[in-house]
Amino acid sequence: MRLDQKLIAEMIEPGTRVLDIGSGDGSLIDHLFRTRNCDARGIELDMGEVTRSVSHGLPVMHGDADSDLAHYPDGAFDYVVLSRTLQAVERPREVLRQMLRIGARAIVSFPNFGHWELRAQLLLRGRMPMTDAWGRPWYETPNIHPCTIRDFFALCAEEGYRVQDWMAINELGNRAPWRRSIQLANLFGEQALFLLARV
Amino acid sequence: MVPLPPAAGHQVRTFDPVMDQSPHVSPQHQAALFTDGLELECGVRLAPLTVAYRTYGTLSPRADNAVLVCHALTGDQYVAETHPLTGKPGWWSRLVGPGLPIDTGRFFVICVNVLGGCMGSTGPRSERQDRSGPWGTDFPPVTIRDMVRAQALLVSRLGIDRLFAVVGGSMGGMQVLSWAATFPERVFAALPIATAPFHSAQNIAFNEVSRQAIFADPDWQGGRYWQDGRIPARGLAVARMMAHITYLSEEALTRKFGRKVRRDPAMGPVAPGVSPGAGLFGEMFEVESYLRHQGSSFVQRFDANAYLTITRAMDYFDVAADHDGDLAAAFAGTRTRFCVISFSSDWLFPTAQSRILARALNMAAANVSFVEIDTDKGHDAFLLDEPDFDRTVRGFLSGCAEHAGLA
Repeated sequence: MRLDQKLIAEMIEPGTRVLDIGSGDGSLIDHLFRTRNCDARGIELDMGEVTRSVSHGLPVMHGDADSDLAHYPDGAFDYVVLSRTLQAVERPREVLRQMLRIGARAIVSFPNFGHWELRAQLLLRGRMPMTDAWGRPWYETPNIHPCTIRDFFALCAEEGYRVQDWMAINELGNRAPWRRSIQLANLFGEQALFLLARV
Repeated sequence: MVPLPPAAGHQVRTFDPVMDQSPHVSPQHQAALFTDGLELECGVRLAPLTVAYRTYGTLSPRADNAVLVCHALTGDQYVAETHPLTGKPGWWSRLVGPGLPIDTGRFFVICVNVLGGCMGSTGPRSERQDRSGPWGTDFPPVTIRDMVRAQALLVSRLGIDRLFAVVGGSMGGMQVLSWAATFPERVFAALPIATAPFHSAQNIAFNEVSRQAIFADPDWQGGRYWQDGRIPARGLAVARMMAHITYLSEEALTRKFGRKVRRDPAMGPVAPGVSPGAGLFGEMFEVESYLRHQGSSFVQRFDANAYLTITRAMDYFDVAADHDGDLAAAFAGTRTRFCVISFSSDWLFPTAQSRILARALNMAAANVSFVEIDTDKGHDAFLLDEPDFDRTVRGFLSGCAEHAGLA
């Protein structure tokens, strides 16, 4: 399991209902079932990953964040997880709304476009930045909606979501020490992880 | 079984599916008898009711390891053993057996001949209650849910309260959905495969062509064909040929047959007044030969009135109908774990139908997995060698067994 997924798992209360959007190989939902006794399910776009997950006995459904969340009832889950995917969906704001409609809480992680390396590359070279977290050239990146940590805080305020917890994490998924200053986190955090709730 | 018509009476037809037919042997099917019978959705009480079935593996002391396998339109209960009429291996013998994805070393597998069928369960070929002869087309219309309720009688008789899993493809998948909607507490896991929550206009249209082919055969005689010892073999064979095309994909047909032609005098005259190997129909495309074979082998094992009865039951299938068209409501509050499987090249029960089902199950907050298997084999893929499909079935059942606390 990825380190950021471990941090996500730590945010989740045992015995709860969890939906992991973009569940990949299913390691998070498997972990949540085995160690936290959660009723954890997944949605995944890559059919190979779906087949592999279901073949390992995990409840995973073929689908994607943009078109499938609307088909769940209100409050079906305690947590809805979207890790490293928000920047790649077509309508991020709508996806967040759906997440907090079908779940009491939303856990969202995304690569931070405000990181100093990106800023520096754009400022000094005048070209679209390329880093470990943003590794694909502009013409073929799936990351069509990049945002910064401050952008995300602003969206949460606009939409009226309560930020219950947040942290900046580095590319390896370790917690970065900038969590008390949004400005510093936005400059030095490679990834961000948020736990949101409806107000 | 009805004696065969003399081949001489059919020389003017374009082909003769009964020519090489061996005499029917009617085997004794294992069956349970229910003297009180079953009240059908149409209001008729069928009594007594015979439910023919086969079982494989051993029922656990807690009776918690039973898997019900539901067969498709032309299938039967001989899922994992040599078929008593055709001598061929069971229709799912590659999936059901010791160590196979539906592991008979672990699960107690039950397969039931559907109500309205012709392999031992009460159907149009059964004797009427007043002993005045077979039902024929007077057999009351049955529904998929009637089939399921007949199966439920047997399951109870076998001492099983809750089935660990109900599994089936195509019409078998309809039965799975009907089980989950009708008896949610009796189904721990459901595997509807290559199926749909309702029969579409296109599905009904194909069934109608099949039925019209049977009606058009003079030997059908209004459904009372047993009276002078004939069967509507040509009509039934044409029905099967047409239906068989819908089970395949264009890609699979091209791969198997392409435009290959054969000149085979042994096939006999292919059209009136045309000698083999000459004229308009002197050559035969391999795909034609294949379909004729499918047609003629089918009539040896299937009853025309049963075909009519069962296709009608499929046409009426619509899980949402009892819930004002709200499919999610049919599964409201369900605790059954679902695994919906479709095949990418299936155009008879396309993935879009399975997606409608999966989304409705989501709406009901059900625990649902949904997999589309990538294959070019069409609807029939669920009967064929598809490793991803096998892995999915095995993994889903294993995962459910863990959740159910099965050893």
